[in-house]
Amino acid sequence: MKPMQTLTQRLANPTRFMEISRTILPWVAGGAVLFIGYAMYLVFFVSPPDYQQGETVKIMYIHVPSAWLAMMGYSIVAVSSFGLLVFRHPLADVSAKAAAPIGAAFTLCALITGSLWGKPMWGTYWVWDARLTSVLILFFLYLGLIALRSSLEDEALAGKLTAVLALVGVAILPVIKFSVDWWNTLHQPSTGFTSTVDPSMRTPLLLSAVGFTLLFIALHLKGMQNEILRRRVKAMRLAQVEHGDQLFSVRAE
Amino acid sequence: MDLGPHAAFIWGSYGAFVVIVGLLIGWILFDGWRQASALAEADRRGLRRRSAKEGGA
Repeated sequence: MKPMQTLTQRLANPTRFMEISRTILPWVAGGAVLFIGYAMYLVFFVSPPDYQQGETVKIMYIHVPSAWLAMMGYSIVAVSSFGLLVFRHPLADVSAKAAAPIGAAFTLCALITGSLWGKPMWGTYWVWDARLTSVLILFFLYLGLIALRSSLEDEALAGKLTAVLALVGVAILPVIKFSVDWWNTLHQPSTGFTSTVDPSMRTPLLLSAVGFTLLFIALHLKGMQNEILRRRVKAMRLAQVEHGDQLFSVRAE
Repeated sequence: MDLGPHAAFIWGSYGAFVVIVGLLIGWILFDGWRQASALAEADRRGLRRRSAKEGGA
């Protein structure tokens, strides 16, 4: 009887991952387009202005999903890093490498949109409060991970060192999440979406969050496919070089 | 569409967001095309991975 395999075991084979991801990628990307499209329609044509912030509240519909994906992206990097260091899963390093630039991009979006939201609401683009500063540190952590990996030629070593840094850096996630509760910040506390946000604003916000999460997943899958292809090409070139060396040594004898 | 006195901040936010996410999508798609081309070129030149000889992935 064939032993039961977990999903991660079944996906451990890069060829099988490529087949499965090629099948689901168009559906995920299509879902992202539909959700984001409908959310933006609601944002610009249906959702009312806020009684205090006016139309400026429209920035919330991209700022909140960006901030959420900034943290989700780092969680993926951290879990993948754990998978690489502890379980030596063949796709864990591929996943961590692919997620880092996507997470960095959404963190930058959260910082820029937050800054542009802060100016009309708080009177300043930036303050060094705990929430803003911890998200800025998250952005630098992403850049550090990308830079560390790029600086090492040995891919296996680069993967392991990057994974260690990613796991050390995971401490920033609870700091970001609870910074608004632990310290007095200019940034508002967490919002209870099910109770305090009116449905006319909650619905487009949730649709936007789902849409951009699907976009993140689609980009992550595509990024992982790219990385697998890149490693295949590299393996082929290495095999050719080794084959050439063998021919050279045979001729030299 | 009248976005009030802070319209520049709203359009600026959405503009920055579209540029960053657009560049990210473009870069990932371009990288996919580049890797697929490199793999096709390697296949055309008859290159094989060592694992391919053993029937691996």
